[in-house]
Order: sequence, then C-alpha cells, then structure tokens
Amino acid sequence: MIDAILDKEKIDRDPQGFEKYMLELSNLTKVYPTPTGDFVVLENLNLKIKEGEFVSIIGHSGCGKTTLLSMIAGLNPISGGQIILNGTPISGPGPDRGVIFQSPSLLPWMSALENVLLGVEKVFAHATKKQRDDICKYYLSKVGLDGAFDKKAKDLSQGMKQRVGIARALALKPQILLLDEPFGMLDSLTRGELQDVLLEVLDKEKTTGIMITHDVDESIFLADRVIMMTSGPRAQIGDILDINYERPRNRKSILEHPTYYDNREHLINFLEH
Amino acid sequence: MKTKIIKAVQFIGLGYLEPLIRLLTGEDLKKNGKEAFKRILFPLLSVVLFILLWHSFSSYLNNVESEIKIEKALKDQGPEAAKKLEACIASGDISCRPNSLPSPAMVLSAVGKLWDDHKIMAAKKQEFIDKYESINAEREAKGQIKIVYTGRPSFVDQIVTSLKTVFAGFLLSIIIAVPTGILLGLSTTLRTSFNWIVQIFKPVSPVVWLLLVSMIVKTVLTNVDVEKSFVISFISVGLCSMWATLVNTSVGVSSVDKDYINVAKVLQLGTFSKVFKIILPSCFPMIFTGLRITLSVAWMVLIAIELLAQSPGLGSFVWEEFQNGSSDSNSKIIVAMFVIGIIGFMLDRVMMIFQKLLTFTD
Repeated sequence: MIDAILDKEKIDRDPQGFEKYMLELSNLTKVYPTPTGDFVVLENLNLKIKEGEFVSIIGHSGCGKTTLLSMIAGLNPISGGQIILNGTPISGPGPDRGVIFQSPSLLPWMSALENVLLGVEKVFAHATKKQRDDICKYYLSKVGLDGAFDKKAKDLSQGMKQRVGIARALALKPQILLLDEPFGMLDSLTRGELQDVLLEVLDKEKTTGIMITHDVDESIFLADRVIMMTSGPRAQIGDILDINYERPRNRKSILEHPTYYDNREHLINFLEH
Repeated sequence: MKTKIIKAVQFIGLGYLEPLIRLLTGEDLKKNGKEAFKRILFPLLSVVLFILLWHSFSSYLNNVESEIKIEKALKDQGPEAAKKLEACIASGDISCRPNSLPSPAMVLSAVGKLWDDHKIMAAKKQEFIDKYESINAEREAKGQIKIVYTGRPSFVDQIVTSLKTVFAGFLLSIIIAVPTGILLGLSTTLRTSFNWIVQIFKPVSPVVWLLLVSMIVKTVLTNVDVEKSFVISFISVGLCSMWATLVNTSVGVSSVDKDYINVAKVLQLGTFSKVFKIILPSCFPMIFTGLRITLSVAWMVLIAIELLAQSPGLGSFVWEEFQNGSSDSNSKIIVAMFVIGIIGFMLDRVMMIFQKLLTFTD
C-alpha cells in the first residue's frame, strides 16, 4: 500500500520528470539503540518537496514527526538514507534551514532585536551594523513587533516570543523553513493570530517550508500538501492530501470553501484509524 | 516615590520593612499595622528571648563556677579564705569574677571598650605617622627604609585586615574556579579526566590546605619581601573555598538548556560567541550561587586559617584573647563572634544584590 502511495506521489508531483525539488528525503531511517534492542522510529521514509511549497506533517504524538524534522535541521544524526537539500546532502545544522522550535527558545537576557541579530550577524557577516539592524527590524515589524525591538525576551508574552522566533528564522533568509509545532504552546486566540502572521509571510516570501502539527485545521489552512504519518515505531508516510486553495489565502474564504470539510474529514479519518 | 523605596528595600532583601514603610506613609493603617506588627515585632521578640536565655544560662554557669572556686578554697585554704572569696565574688570585683560564659551586659560593655581602645590606638598611630612624616621623607631621600608603625592593631584594624584577606582569597578563587569550571563544563572528556581532583580535594580541611600552601609559599617566596603570612592565608582561603564555584560553574555550563544549544547550532555560532553569548549568560545564576557559597566558606575558614597562620585578623584576635585570659577576654571573643557572623551575613547580602543585578529571571 505504501509503495502505491509513493508511486502516486511520483506521478502526481513529477509529471514531466524534471521538476526541481528543494528537499529530498530518500530511504531515511532513524534507529535509537536501547538496552533491549534497537528502536526503529522511522524506516525508509521517502519525501520530496518542491521549491516554494509549504508542507505540513500530521500524525499522532510519538510517531517520529519531531525526530524527522530535527534530522532535516541537522540536530539529530541520521541512521540511514539521505537528506538532500538543493542537490547536496546535509551534514549538520546550518542557517540555510531556519528552525522555529515549539518553545520559542529565545535567549531571555537579550532583547528581541538582539535575539534576531544573533543569527543575522553570522549570515550577513559582510553587512554593516546598520544594515543588519535594518534586516532584523524589517522582519520584526513583519511579525507585528514594531514597538518591541528593545524589550527583553523574558518580558515578552508567549505569543510575542514566538513572533520573535519566526522573525529570527526568517531573517536568516533560509532556503527552507522548518517549524516544529510552532503554535503548540499558545492559547487558541494567539494561535489564530500567529497563523495569520505566518500565512502572510509565506504568501509574500514564497518560502519553502515543512511544519509539524497536531492541528488538522492548521494544516489545511497553511499547507499546500498534508503528509499523514502512521503511528510508530517504524513510522511511514501513510497518506498525502493535496490542498489546492489559491494563495494568498484568508481564513474566511478557506472555511467557506466547498471542499474544506471533505479535506478535514479525510485527515480526521486517517488519524482515527 | 513610595513604590520606589519599597522596590529598593525588597531588592536588598529587606522585604519585611515593606509594611512599616506603608504604615509610615499612612496607607491602610489597620492592615499594614497588623503586618508590620507581625513581621517586625515577632523577630524583635525572638531577639529579646535569645538575650534572656543567654543571660540566664551565663549566670547559671557563673554560679556553678563560683561554687567550684569556693569549695576549692575551702578545701585548700580553710573556711576563712572561702568566706573571703565568697564576699569578693558577691561584690563583683574583677579580680575574683568567675571566668565562664560572659553575660549579654558584659559583652555589650566589651563592645564599648573595644571601640574606645580602637580610638586610642588610632590616635597613637596617627600621632606616630605625623611625628615620623618628615623623618621618613628624609630617609626616603637618602634611600633608607621608612620607619613603619609596629604597634598592636586594634579590633577595627583586625576586621579590615580580615576583609582584605577574604577578598584577596575570593578573587583568587574566582580567577581559578570560573575559567576552570567553564573548561570542565564544556568538555566531557576533561570533566571525567579531572573529576578525581575535584572529588578528592574538595573535602580537605582548611588546616591541611594551610600547611600545604605554607610549604610551597615558604620556598617560593624565600627572597621576596612580602608579608608571607598574608600571602599564605589568602591563598589557603582561596583554595579552600573555590570548590563550590568550580563545581557549580562546570555543572551549569554542562547543563545549559538544550534549546539554547540548539539555537547556537542552527545559527552555527562560533565557539567564542557560543560560550560568551549563550552558555555563560545562561549559567550566570548557577555561577553566582557558587560564588555566594564560596564567599561564605571563605569567610568561615578565614578565621581558622588566621588563627593558625598567625597572620593578623579576626582569627588571631580571637586566639590572642583566648591565650590572654584577662577578665574581659571571654566577652571580647563573643563580640568577635557576633562581628564575624554579621559581616558574613552582610557579605552574602552584597553577593545576593550582585546576583540580582547581573542575572536574568525567566
């Protein structure tokens, strides 16, 4: 069955056979050795992501979603297979992949601006101080933090912290954005707000991205494609759903779209079985 | 203004004065009056209770000792002498006062006496300096050694010397322990290789450190003109007390929040900025806790080390008074005990304020 889906993906995604892929995972495997034998989290996972495409990965807790993402980020070593980003296999973490963590992981003793600047200084090493500041300020305003540049990260609310987290990732001009349940720790109001912020940025910047989520609505709202993962161990891609709503999107038009509930039911059915 | 004062008071750890300040500014008399009563009066009552207990215990001990003395006189010299001694003790004469735990009143009068002594000694010293000022200038011009004051240091001088020694020792332990702790924290290999040193030397007693240091310092500084006892005591203090900082720093550095490390990895920060921008600030609270322990240990062992090293300071003051055995020696020792305690407490408070200023709270 899995092979059939993979074949389907090939046909669907690669009609001419020449499409350019930003990211390719081939036969990706992750094994954690335990005292009672090896624990296989992921086995022979294959996935290709096009440039400019935003993909969300949905699945039950513990199925290996976060492991998958942290391997792409280079924070977790690969046990087998390959991850190829723009034609070159990755060998460790790097600023070409912007990561937005579930907890914002800002450095609490730094201001919002300094937090963003930390990576910008590294990536734009040749820019002047002012240019770097401007890059940071541009992205901070983009996520709605105009007045909070100099606020210490510890004094920001959880939602504002995550906004800084998004700005920090975007300011590096990454080739691909990796989001690990970025809104999982927020209340539902703030979550909706930040989804809108992220959507706006995605539509404008045409960023390629992979987002891990638990939230069915969030995945439909933001993604071009929803990857459904089977429960671990030996997690696999169970199903793939294309979401063909036009961009720029807005919440109201998506909620009113005739296929919205079909898509939603498709995902929920998968998760419940 | 009021909130500012309250904030400042809370910052230096005197939060219990808050209701009193509110009360004095006329805010909610009933509620704040009750709070002030609870938070200030009860501690004061405990002080009174402490003094009462101390007083009755000391008079009990003194009675026991006078009885022993009288009995001894009766046995050795006959009833005549015993009666005489009894009368002498009853009159409160210094010559035959029992020499046991001094009463609070005696300690208080010793404080006054020490202060008066200090004033007299300071005046003498000033007089000496004035007198020899011109002579010393001449001697210096001729290339001769200056004449320095060699009189007995007063109690206040001893306190100052002790503080100097403890700060020198504390600085030494910062200089050694913080960088070493960072290195050990960063590398698991280093940590496991050098762990035995930490584990074995940490519990070594101050006295042994002092002996070790004096073995080395004696040899190294044979021909150097410095106050050897000062060098020996501050190095021993530093070596004794640095372990808390060393261990806390290395644990702090090695257990930095994984999220922060991931941020550093994703941003591919270099080792330098990783250490100085992420690791160090995030373990500042732990390093400071270590430093606070180090300073209080330093102050504690200092007294013992001065006592043994015969270097000037509170420790040798206590020891001299004990050897001296004059009628008010015991009271002076108790005064020194309180001074040591209060200074130790103040040092800790100062460190706490620094900690609050320099570290973040999430």
